[in-house]
Amino acid sequence: MTLNTSRRGFLTSAAATTAVLMIGATADGVLAAGASADAMLTPFVKIDSSGKVIAIVKHFEMGQGPTTGLTTIIAEEIGVTMDQIGYEFAPSDPTRYNNLYFGPFQGTGGSTAMANSWQQYRTAGAAARAMLITAAAANWGIDPADLDITDGRITGAGHDAPLADFVAAAAALPVPETPALRDPTDWKIIGNPATRRLDSPAKVNGQARFAMDVHLPDQMVVMIKRTPKRGGLATGFDDSAAQEVKGYIMARTLPTQHGVAIYAENTWAAIQAREALEVHWDMTAAETRSSQQIRDEILTALNAEPSYNVNKADRAAVKAAVDSADRVVEKTFYFPLLAHAPMEPLNCTIEQTANGDIVLHDGAQMPTAPHMAYQEIFGLPADRIHIETMLAGGSFGRRATADADYQVEAGLAFAMTDRSRPVKLVWTREDDIRGGNYRPATGHKVRVGLSRDGRITGWDHQIAGQSIMKGTFFEQVAVHDGVDSTLVEGVTENPYNIPGQAIGLTDTEKATSVLWWRSVGHTHTAYVMETMMDLAARAANTDPVDFRLAHLADGTDDQIRQARVLKLAAEKAGWGQPPEGRTQGIAVHKSFSTFVAEVVEISGTAEDGIVIEKVTAAVDCGVAINPDVIKAQIEGGIGYGIGHAMRDQITLVDGQVEQSNFPDYEPLRISDIKKIETHIVPSPLAPTGIGEPGTPPSAPALANAIAALPQSDDLVAELPMAEAGISFA
Amino acid sequence: MSFTLKINGETKTVDAEPGTPLLWVIRDDLKMTGTKFGCGVASCGACTVHVDGEPTRSCQTYIDDIEGAEITTIEAIENDRIGAAVQQAWLELDVVQCGYCQSGQIMSAVGLLRDTPKPSAEDVDSYMWGNACRCATYQRIRAAVLRASEIMEA
Ligand code: FES
Ligand code: FES
Repeated sequence: MTLNTSRRGFLTSAAATTAVLMIGATADGVLAAGASADAMLTPFVKIDSSGKVIAIVKHFEMGQGPTTGLTTIIAEEIGVTMDQIGYEFAPSDPTRYNNLYFGPFQGTGGSTAMANSWQQYRTAGAAARAMLITAAAANWGIDPADLDITDGRITGAGHDAPLADFVAAAAALPVPETPALRDPTDWKIIGNPATRRLDSPAKVNGQARFAMDVHLPDQMVVMIKRTPKRGGLATGFDDSAAQEVKGYIMARTLPTQHGVAIYAENTWAAIQAREALEVHWDMTAAETRSSQQIRDEILTALNAEPSYNVNKADRAAVKAAVDSADRVVEKTFYFPLLAHAPMEPLNCTIEQTANGDIVLHDGAQMPTAPHMAYQEIFGLPADRIHIETMLAGGSFGRRATADADYQVEAGLAFAMTDRSRPVKLVWTREDDIRGGNYRPATGHKVRVGLSRDGRITGWDHQIAGQSIMKGTFFEQVAVHDGVDSTLVEGVTENPYNIPGQAIGLTDTEKATSVLWWRSVGHTHTAYVMETMMDLAARAANTDPVDFRLAHLADGTDDQIRQARVLKLAAEKAGWGQPPEGRTQGIAVHKSFSTFVAEVVEISGTAEDGIVIEKVTAAVDCGVAINPDVIKAQIEGGIGYGIGHAMRDQITLVDGQVEQSNFPDYEPLRISDIKKIETHIVPSPLAPTGIGEPGTPPSAPALANAIAALPQSDDLVAELPMAEAGISFA
Repeated sequence: MSFTLKINGETKTVDAEPGTPLLWVIRDDLKMTGTKFGCGVASCGACTVHVDGEPTRSCQTYIDDIEGAEITTIEAIENDRIGAAVQQAWLELDVVQCGYCQSGQIMSAVGLLRDTPKPSAEDVDSYMWGNACRCATYQRIRAAVLRASEIMEA
């Protein structure tokens, strides 16, 4: 998605209680220093009187690494080691801790955590350093220019003191308006591959606290028996069998009628009581379509005049250019619904404090969404709702719902009680797999015309699918002239020089709710663009890398960066010279302003089983803040993309989801990919996204490798690959 | 009904219904939350604990069947020589991403190294197959198991 940068706050600092230095931004942009902290200041960093440095992390941690990344930036700018700094999650505050790309909205998504925070956190850290140094220099009667902070000590001109000695004095100083940032050549932690994750230790000894691990005194566990088909309404229930379950407390129909909330003393009792409870459903308005119909609707739309002419092309001229081309390559693609299936099933816990405030404990990806929803549910002003951000066991987009779906369920369930007992809402894996909010089903039809000398002369591209953004908070920023950018991103803004391109889009009707899924539109657009490039290269009798490079030759910044990762991946993978018995496929794609190329090397055959021997990736994401985290995200992104392309889909029969748990929504397993190697392009440019960009090129690179097998007669154009008769060993 | 459990070297008494999965006894009754709920149907391994030293899916192990058995969870695995080596390797290689599956991964890895102190990459792949990681940290898991084997030898 493409979102605009909003205003930035200005730096400010304050001494809260005695001798705490806090550096941050005010909501109204007015500089203020040294006054009471709580009302006016949004710290990004605080240093207490003992010299302990805490980074305040405004993004949640789902494994993508901001607790390490944002902390790295602060540590680097101040001059402390990673052992001398800790982190806390920021409270929910849409004006002070907002994502600068989202407007007045706090949230993580679109691979923006580091990108939007980079200058903000650097400046905060630099201001802290400047103030500490100024305080020390004044005390020692020397020029601040002679001092620096290294490994947590203020040193220079024969002096040496711990930060703690000057925290109080620094907090009383005015904040520098434009503190000098450290020169990149002086960086010790940023870019250092030896920097370890701060969240590792607690995640290997069982001490890490995920939202699922919240146990408030006297809490009830709530599960929802939801309508099995979208649009079904609960009209009542019979809980006589549930009454037999020890620990069952009660059931209440949700005011939305999309299900019945079952309250129990513990999780196991809730699971059993829910199974025993019978709900009376009104299915008059329920979804009735099956996957086959959804697919047919999409394919029909692809063959009709599109609703939107996305790039305002002269469609007739493009069509004519393709029709009159020397050679034409044509393909129709279909991508199924996909569930995110984060490892930790959705959950959150809600309680009321003694003074009537509401507290939500949540792996909160977009705290502003439940914050707004709860103001309505509980009739409370924003400052009486508090969100405690917990670690999240994965998300891949699922925890980021503009309508705060699961937090609203918890809020409604809590509001139907006397609020004396906290409510913990728990989804099971079955709830998760069947719970909607899927990657939209999408189709593409592409016709590419090639000249006699093997250049693209026309590209007629039709897309049909279900809009994610329409009807949500993000519609204003992501939908323009009717076009939901998340359905076409990756075809639009693609670095290739494609003369005569027409992009058409038609929205199709949703049979389930749909949502962004790791890399959003790029999940399908990269597959289409990069398999079509291979088909075109083959038709032109040109090597796939050379063919791509020939269409990246105009010298734009994007083309230079895209060509660079393409060449690097090809070189590192030994492109064109695979070991005996192996076949390679390549793909390159820009998403979230990051460029990634991947070479997939396979052995075996489609009939007897393909083995994914090796994936070689090259990435350019600007400054590599934590290189090892970047590699991990590329590894994970590749696994996520390939795992689903191999064998996963959500299908409907008469409106009802067929899959229910991992046995029929099979996760990637350890044996599926033998090796992944990641190479990072050094870059001085501002950091861009890394959580998602590893995913888009992975499936098309695999598809291209399979198509290159000697026995293959065609490209897999409908996913998952298993459905197309491809077996994996 | 009252059950007595031996867990991490301590004896605990819990009040639970017969047929309650060990997972929920550990998480809800004993409030030891390192052991995770991922699927409930023995297909992800997030809930793996040791029962008499054997990696076991606690979501499909019932309280009535384990009276008298020694249960070990992630919270105590550092006291095991192999467990400590595995944890060290996990830290060296920064295996974790979200971390939610990792208690189970580590408990399985300890089981593997107890059976096979010097496993091959293929041994790791086949033994760890049932432990899903949605963040796909697999290549680091594989490398870390092999690294733990080295640490054990040293
Ligand atoms: S929760 Fe037990 S195997 Fe998944
Ligand atoms: S680290 Fe997230 S599921 Fe394994």
